[in-house]
Amino acid sequence: MKSGSNTNWWRRRFSTGLLLFLLSPALLQAQDKKEKEGVYQEFSGYVGFDYRYFFSDGLYPDQKNSFPSLVLQPEYLYEWNNGNDRLKFIGFGRLDRDSRRTHFDIRELYYQKVSGNWEVSLGLKKIFWGVTESAHLVDIINQTDFVESFDGEEKLGQPMAQFSYTSGIGTFDLFYLPYFRKRVFPGSRGRLRTPFIIGSSDVAFESVAEETRPSFAARWSTFTGPFDIGVSHFHGTGREPFFRTTPNGEFELFYGVIDQTGLDIQATTGSILWKLETIVRKSDFQDMWALAAGIEYTFYNINDKGLDIGIVAEYLHDDRGVLSFSSLDNDIFSGARFAFNDTQSTEFLIGGIFDLEKSTTLWSVEGSRRFGNSWKGEIEMRLFNNVDPTEFLNVVREDSFLQFSINKYF
Amino acid sequence: MKKLVYTFATLLTALSLSAQSPEARGLEIAKAADAYDQGFGSSKTTLTMILTNKQGQESTRYMSNQTLELTEDGDKSLIVFDSPRDVKGTATLTFTHKEGSDDQWLYLPALKRVKRISSDNKSGPFMGSEFAYEDLSSQEVEKYSYKFLKEENINGVDTYVVERDPVDPKSGYARQVVWYNKENYRLEKMDFYDRKNALLKTLTYGNYEVYKEKHWRAGEMNMVNHQTGKKTKLLFEDYVFDLGFTDNDFSQNSLRRASR
Repeated sequence: MKSGSNTNWWRRRFSTGLLLFLLSPALLQAQDKKEKEGVYQEFSGYVGFDYRYFFSDGLYPDQKNSFPSLVLQPEYLYEWNNGNDRLKFIGFGRLDRDSRRTHFDIRELYYQKVSGNWEVSLGLKKIFWGVTESAHLVDIINQTDFVESFDGEEKLGQPMAQFSYTSGIGTFDLFYLPYFRKRVFPGSRGRLRTPFIIGSSDVAFESVAEETRPSFAARWSTFTGPFDIGVSHFHGTGREPFFRTTPNGEFELFYGVIDQTGLDIQATTGSILWKLETIVRKSDFQDMWALAAGIEYTFYNINDKGLDIGIVAEYLHDDRGVLSFSSLDNDIFSGARFAFNDTQSTEFLIGGIFDLEKSTTLWSVEGSRRFGNSWKGEIEMRLFNNVDPTEFLNVVREDSFLQFSINKYF
Repeated sequence: MKKLVYTFATLLTALSLSAQSPEARGLEIAKAADAYDQGFGSSKTTLTMILTNKQGQESTRYMSNQTLELTEDGDKSLIVFDSPRDVKGTATLTFTHKEGSDDQWLYLPALKRVKRISSDNKSGPFMGSEFAYEDLSSQEVEKYSYKFLKEENINGVDTYVVERDPVDPKSGYARQVVWYNKENYRLEKMDFYDRKNALLKTLTYGNYEVYKEKHWRAGEMNMVNHQTGKKTKLLFEDYVFDLGFTDNDFSQNSLRRASR
């Protein structure tokens, strides 16, 4: 009975979403971009439909196998004073069978002021640091949008004041991060989750100020010859939670105050990119270090047919071992990217993560191709093979899936 | 006697001119063309790229480009894509070097990631077009060796015809043949020969306009691939000069912002 009413609720939302999905390109195309007297504004973004299918039944009750889903990402930019002042907005919304994966977020909403070699940004923003492909150790400013992406590539908007200064000896960035955003986990119908449902109240903080405890970060980055180098430090509530058991025997998430120093280096020599990321994290309850290092080599324009094949090999180490959230404690990532460089920008990416000590292997295949001038089709497949029972990933061992997406960009 | 000396001097000059090797003369023309365009400072333009396949179907892309002229080293340039919409905001920052490989960064707007990329990809197609990356990069004199071929009148324009061979072994071409306008050294036409030395592509320039009295910029470039029958037309609009760009406008922060 409960399940039935949930289905009806979901259907209602789905049909409302479908209507929005069908209408939004027409609504947004009506708004044209303009540039005059140093003022520029533009609407853009995309709407999409995904269908995700899990090959096996879930390990836990209520979990579904098929997930049709609607996505909308509207963007708006307003620039004045010849681009020295700007307002940027990126919204995001998804409607999904999993109530938690149905979520809305402001990815970016900030004001930016630029003058010569410095810039200031105030508001919600996304910042990326790092060089490696299979893990993003150094990247720490934004919370991961975990319901959106299992691999951690998608991020939630982070409130911040950012000051950036470019000089002859590199770029200096300072961040004041006044508010912490909790990671959101899948709901009962969702896949890629733990046996228990992690609610927003099943969370404990080391800081009594909880989400309002401010964090601070600084980064220096530069390049010289073939080297691109970044050194960063973060002090505040760590974005990655711990699982721990309360005295009553219940699981909860714990966010501690951490100090994390990161180093990222890339050397670009001919067709080879050499990459290294390493972090040291210190806190009152756990110290750790982790490393990701590897190479990327690209064979360009094979047989003069425009095909590029890029090979990536990276080693991942995390001294927390099996306790690591990512399970990337002693693993090798190996992948190949095929870019056809045709009019439709056809691309394939195939990759595997292989645990060096245990049997666990993860496979991923991604492909995309443009249709016409503004449609894009994508496929994604993730396979969990022989997951070792001691690893954290064991809880999602039955969650291999295949997904098709079609997106309309405007 | 005076007449004899004059005749002798004329003969000597003619001899010395003809004694100049085709290589030296080719290099001289390339240098003169480079010198002629020196002092443009910085420029900005919007580009429309029209791709036509064998069946005649067209697809269109929009982008913008800004360039900062440097004399001691190669130019800096920033290209931002506006369409196709799925790659909107993708941008590249290139520091051309007269010798050695260029430095290049790619900005991926969905990930907010700046990635240093290899500049080894010379011969690959740019955005699925008939232009290779090397066709669109800053044309520094040092990147080729030269040989003067002949003078020729094409479409009523007097030209120097110069063959140039790319120095970089990663180039997709055995050689190129360039038609320079004798009057102002602007390019009128270029033939590209593949590594098997077969004619691959022909590029023709049109709708020239002159800026700041001496800087000629083509409003249209047409590339035809003779081997596949595909074509790409590049249209340049809204050229603006003297924007007062400095190195600050070609930093990684500028790359992120240019993505808008």
